[in-house]
Parts: sequence; structure tokens; C-alpha cells
Amino acid sequence: VKLVIGIVRPEKANDVLEALYRAEVRGVSLSRVQGHGGELERVETYRGTTVKMELSEKVRFEIAVSDPFVERTIEALRDGARTGEVGDGKIFVVPLERVVRIRTAETDDRAVTPVGP
Amino acid sequence: MAMPGLVLAARVDTGDTAWMLAATALVLMMTPALGLFYAGLVRSRNTLNTFMMCAAALAVATVCWALIGYSIAFGESNGIVGGFDHVFLRDVTFEPREGTTIPQLLFMAFQGTFCIVTVALVSGAVVERMRFGAFLVFAALWSVCVYAVLAHWAFGGGWLQEQGTLDFAGGVPVEMGSGFSALAAAIVVGARKDYGRQALLPHNSIYVLLGAGLLWFGWFGFNGGSGFSAGNSGVLAFTNTLLTPACTLLVWFVLDLLRGGKVTAIGAATAIIVGCVGITPAAGFISPMAAMLLGAAAAVPSYAVIVWRPRTRLDETLDVLAAHGVAGLTGILFIGFFAQRSWNGVADGLLFGDPGQLVSQAVAVAVTPAYAFVATFVLLRVVALVMPLRATERDEAVGMDVVEHGEEAYASGEGAILVAPEAGVEAEVPVAP
Repeated sequence: VKLVIGIVRPEKANDVLEALYRAEVRGVSLSRVQGHGGELERVETYRGTTVKMELSEKVRFEIAVSDPFVERTIEALRDGARTGEVGDGKIFVVPLERVVRIRTAETDDRAVTPVGP
Repeated sequence: MAMPGLVLAARVDTGDTAWMLAATALVLMMTPALGLFYAGLVRSRNTLNTFMMCAAALAVATVCWALIGYSIAFGESNGIVGGFDHVFLRDVTFEPREGTTIPQLLFMAFQGTFCIVTVALVSGAVVERMRFGAFLVFAALWSVCVYAVLAHWAFGGGWLQEQGTLDFAGGVPVEMGSGFSALAAAIVVGARKDYGRQALLPHNSIYVLLGAGLLWFGWFGFNGGSGFSAGNSGVLAFTNTLLTPACTLLVWFVLDLLRGGKVTAIGAATAIIVGCVGITPAAGFISPMAAMLLGAAAAVPSYAVIVWRPRTRLDETLDVLAAHGVAGLTGILFIGFFAQRSWNGVADGLLFGDPGQLVSQAVAVAVTPAYAFVATFVLLRVVALVMPLRATERDEAVGMDVVEHGEEAYASGEGAILVAPEAGVEAEVPVAP
């Protein structure tokens, strides 16, 4: 079982959700985060005050999947989030020690959706 | 138009003038109120841009109105358009405007506020993807070629008015003019990229409700001032502006209940607008009881269009057609049935013995939408030859606030680094988070 973390542009979040849905990956958490990668700063002006926005809004996906689903989850994240410009985000895959489904107390592969083939 | 003797006899009445000064300010407030109403209905990343469309109308429409629009609308008539006799506000002075007891200068300002809010209304069809620069150009052309022309037909001694169409406060130029222009604009500019694919929801319902409330407040000047006096027609129009939207609201509650089992807040805000629009053309022509009936009747067709439109590919984003075009049309036709000479001193409708009035109203209903639609369609196609009308897909995704204005409506300030331009090189002062 792996945890796939995707940090993507907020404007691409819906595309990622669609791609994940098409890849039959269920069970997703997402949160709004702020971060700084290599992208150019955005300049904003409020009356006389000009600022560079160093932190950009991003959306962080967290998806726990069984090993056979890792590749297609990564593909879905990559296809959904890519624009080709700096700032498209990152995908991290980390091993998970245990997963427990609270409702049924099922663990590991049986606790993540979809159940591995 | 010129009536010898009348000009000499007519005098400025200070009471009427005092009311019209206040009414003009009330109508001007409707444009930022509309900005609030519209801004609440869009997604948060387009809040400022949507409001700025209304600010654009305040700037562009006012300037165009003073330079040429007023003359097109209220200059010496050849039936179709006014002449150039008032271009650059020539001869627009303290002398009373023909047929009124207020200075023409004030008459011009009052009518100008109508032009402003109408231009702002049209923006509702194209928010969240039309480029700001292209909208500025379109707004300038539209205010002269569509609004001023329709205003001439309905108010300025043009052919619609001459053949007997009654339009108290702008069912023709403001409501049908904006509604059917919005339809054309939505078609030419095209749908938002996510339309029909994602739920595009209002981001702040309180703005919407507050905007609707302020619009209703302003509408007392809009309708109440369109009699140009503090006399009977002004009082009737003012009072009907209270009664009609209340009835629309009540019927809208019922329609909401029947459809979804719940009375919705954004529906209520919409109903206020629909009611105000419905009474606009009829305000000074029908009895208070007829006005209440109109409020109830106007809810139904607009509600139907609002339910139907999102099921189509037509991304007429903020339903200007339903709320203004259709409700304005209902109000204009309603006059044909319920106009009552004992209340308005001008004409009777079908139910009070004059079927001819209904015919006059039907002519306006047939011609106005056609002109507004075609003229707007052509204007936008012409603007599109010179500059792109809409933002790129990426810009649309990022949001028009940052892309067009370099600001956010809800900036957090986190991660913002001060730039001090006077230092020559950009001196950076980190801001504590």
C-alpha cells in the first residue's frame, strides 16, 4: 500500500479529479495549501503598495492505493495537472505502514479503494 | 417636437428638481449595487473583475453619454435617431427640458445614469471570460449604437413613442435592450471553458442579497423619477415599485417550493430584480392593484427561463435575459392590458376599452429584441476583428482578477514581499508571516 501525494495547481484540481475518476481511483482527500516552487512570482498592486506573491495557492491530493494502482494514480495526477508551464506541481509516493478502514476495521489492501486486482 | 409657446411657458419647478436630484443619485447607486449582485454570483477568483465591469460602465458610458449618446437619444428627432444638436452637451442648460419642469442639465444626468446601469447589465452575460479591454471598447460602442438609439425610440420622440408605445422607465431600452443584447453577447463570446462540465456556483450569497436590496432601493429613484416630477405619476410609480417586487418575491417563494421543496435565498434576490424590472415600464401607467398582479405574473416566465437556460449550451452567465429581457417584455405587454387613464391620465389598455394600446405595446415587443440582438451581435463581431474578446483558457482558469487587474478580492497577504520601486533596484523587505 502506498500513499500518493500530488501537489497541483488549484485551477487544475477539477481536471485531476476527473482523471482519477476515469482511472477508477476512489478515496481521495484534498486540502488547500500554499507553497513555493520554481515558478515566477506574481506581482500585485494595491493602491501604492506593490507586492510579489512568493507563495502560490496549491491543492494537495492524498490518495492511498494498493500497489497495482500506483502507476495509474500517478498517470491520472500527471495528465490532469499538467499545463507544461513552471508551477505544475509534484507527485510524491511514500510507503504506508498500515491502513485501517474505521467502519469495518479492514486493513491494508482491503481498506483502500479500489481493492487491488 | 418643438411646441412654440410651451418652451416660454414651461418653468423649472424647484420641488420637481429637488426630487430629481435625489432620484439621479439613487439610480447612480444601482450600478455599484449591480456590481455587488453580480460579484456574489461568480466564483471568488472573478469577484473584482465582475465588479470592475460595472466600474467600466460608470466610466465609459458616462463619457460617451455626455459626448454624443445624449444627443442621439434626446436630440431633434428624425424618427430613428436623434440629431447632433446636443453633441458635447451643447444647449444642455438650466432651461427646462421640453415636456418637463426640470433643467435639461439634470434631465441629461438622470437619463445618463440609466445608460450606465444598462451597459453594466449586459456584462452579466460575459463575465468570467471576456477580456476587460474588449469590454471597454464594446461598452463605448454599445452605449451609443444600442442604448441611445433604443432610448430615442422609447423616450426621445422616436417612432415607437410616436406610434403610441408606453414605456414609463425603460422597459424598451434598459430591460429588453440589455436582456436581448446579453443573449447575443453570450453567443458571440461563447461559454466559459468549464460551463456544463463543472458546477460553477455563486461564491457569496450575501453580496447577492445585499446587491438586490440596494438595487430595489435605487429603483425607487429609477421608476419614481421617470415621471420627472414629484406629482401624481412620480408618486404612483414610486408606490408601485414597492408593491410589484413584493408580489414577485411571494410567487417566487411558491415556485421554489413547488420545484425543490425549499425557498432559496439567491432565488429571492433574483425575484426582487424580476419584480423591479417588471414594473419598470408600467410603473406610472397602471393602478396599484394591477401592479401587484403584474408582480405575480412576471415571476412565472422569468422563472421558467431561469430553469431552462442552464440546461442548454447557452452560457448567458448571470441570466440577464431571464431577469431583464423576459421580465421587461412582460411589463411592456402588461401595459397593453392594464393601462388605466384614471390613474395615468394618458391612455387606457385593452381591459379599459382600448385594444389599440395592446397593439402599440406588441410592436415594441417585436422590434426591440430584434434590434438589440442584431446590433449587439454585429458590434461584438466588429470588436473581435480588432482584438480578442475572451481570455485564454489558462487565464480563465487562473481567474480574471489576477490576470486582468493584478489583485485578488480575498488576498491573504501571506508570502507577499514588498517591492519598493523608488530604490532603483527592487529592494525586498520580507514581511513577517
